Amino acid sequence: MFNAFIQVVRKELLGAFRQQSDILNPIWFFVIVVTLFPLGIGTDPALLARIAPGIIWVAALLAALLSFERLFKDDYIDGSLEQLMLAPHPLTWLVSAKIFAHWLLTGLPILLVSPLLAVFLSLEVNTFWALFLTLLIGTPILSLLGAIGVALTIGLRKGGVLLSLIMLPLSIPILIFSTMAIDAATYGQSYLGLLALLAAMLVAAVTLAPFAIAASLRVSVS
Amino acid sequence: MWKWLHPYAKAEKSYILSGKLMPWFLALALPTFIVGMVWGLAFAPADYQQGDSFRIIYIHVPAAMMAMGAYSTMAIAAFIGLVWQIRLAEMTVAATAPIGAVYTFIALFTGAAWGKPMWGAWWVWDARLTSELILLFVYLGIIALYNAFSDKVLAGRAASILTLVGVINLPIIHFSVVWWNTLHQGATITKFDKPSMATEMLIPLLIMIVSFAAFLGFMVLYRFRNEILQRESHRPWVIALVKSSSSNDSQGA
Amino acid sequence: MAFASFSDFIAMGGYSFYVWLAYGISLLSVVFLVINTVSKRKKIFSQVEQRLLREQRIKAAENKEGIL
Repeated sequence: MFNAFIQVVRKELLGAFRQQSDILNPIWFFVIVVTLFPLGIGTDPALLARIAPGIIWVAALLAALLSFERLFKDDYIDGSLEQLMLAPHPLTWLVSAKIFAHWLLTGLPILLVSPLLAVFLSLEVNTFWALFLTLLIGTPILSLLGAIGVALTIGLRKGGVLLSLIMLPLSIPILIFSTMAIDAATYGQSYLGLLALLAAMLVAAVTLAPFAIAASLRVSVS
Repeated sequence: MWKWLHPYAKAEKSYILSGKLMPWFLALALPTFIVGMVWGLAFAPADYQQGDSFRIIYIHVPAAMMAMGAYSTMAIAAFIGLVWQIRLAEMTVAATAPIGAVYTFIALFTGAAWGKPMWGAWWVWDARLTSELILLFVYLGIIALYNAFSDKVLAGRAASILTLVGVINLPIIHFSVVWWNTLHQGATITKFDKPSMATEMLIPLLIMIVSFAAFLGFMVLYRFRNEILQRESHRPWVIALVKSSSSNDSQGA
Repeated sequence: MAFASFSDFIAMGGYSFYVWLAYGISLLSVVFLVINTVSKRKKIFSQVEQRLLREQRIKAAENKEGIL
């Protein structure tokens, strides 16, 4: 069973490296959106540092939305999603593998470019670490939530806008807790409690979301 | 319970049963609405702090409560529908969502109209208003998803799944919003929470809550019947129903 | 009765705009919901009726063809 997990992840990664723009475009989008804010608001470092957590998290949310398109879409079109559902392994398990691969391809790069953005927005080191940790815990939750939305809308012609309508309200708690943790770090307070809350949400999402995704896929692919 | 419930899992029977129940809900909703409105607007004493503007409470609080009530109904129906594969339960989800959305909108709007004289602004990021706004977004998402599917059986199931995802998420959203709110605006005391209310003020409020709940029930049944008719429109019993209603029309004309 | 006169009742202690706005919009949205729901029922009925009529016409046309 574990082999199947790794196989799915490997297949996803190989496929993605063949079409690199799929990975790179959301990251570009993320960087560009964050760059727009100093241009729009002004370059006062204190102001930028004050609103940086919100900007980065909102941009990460939007970038994640963009990247979801490729999560199940190609597999849906070429029919390999149906094969996945007929496979002897539980669908929840295979779906988890796909989401893990998706996070490696989209969440991880966001983490990797975050130091650059921290420099852009004149964040201090302490604040940056808080940002990094919230992104580390928060982006997998986004991937799981988004996968539910994708699985629900995949068979629809105008699924893209609908996906954001469904998914954005559900991701509000992550946004709130993450920015609160970063704010706490800015003021030199302890933010461990908030990180623990985020981690609890991650655990809940990891255990529950695959079932919702599998059920949604069964609705969409039929 | 299963034996009792099972006959009502058949579309025609539940159509007839809900048709029988509907007048009762309306008979409860209308008088309580009139009594509660008149009592609340004209007879309840004015609040010593907020004057007569507090009379908005008589729609704000019932609408907010029943918006949550509608969501709970949907969540229970969605659970039943998905676990036991009962399509009628999924139809209930679809039937309830628009009513819940309208109630949430009412709660939001009246909250804003109340906030303007109290806070001096139409909108403040008060915890309750913010979570109501997010609840409205969730409702609209469910409705949009349901309408996007052309196959209504699939639509009902998709909406049910989203409802269940939302029901896990909503308490977290509420909790996070309350916490966020205390952090960002600790100074604002929410004016909607009235720990002690005079009895003369409370009774009309309770009457209005009953009225809103009964009206919710009435509308859910009405829309539920619509859903059944739409999906069963090729069945003989629906055709017979349509024929008899059209012959009644021609007699009346 | 909390108000001395009818004009006092309308004035709502100076909050008339907000109170009546809140009540008005609420009533309006409920009325909108009711109209939407009732018209949906009527639409379903007329759709089924039209389908029946069409089927009848098709049948009649087929019968005619058979006679000719």
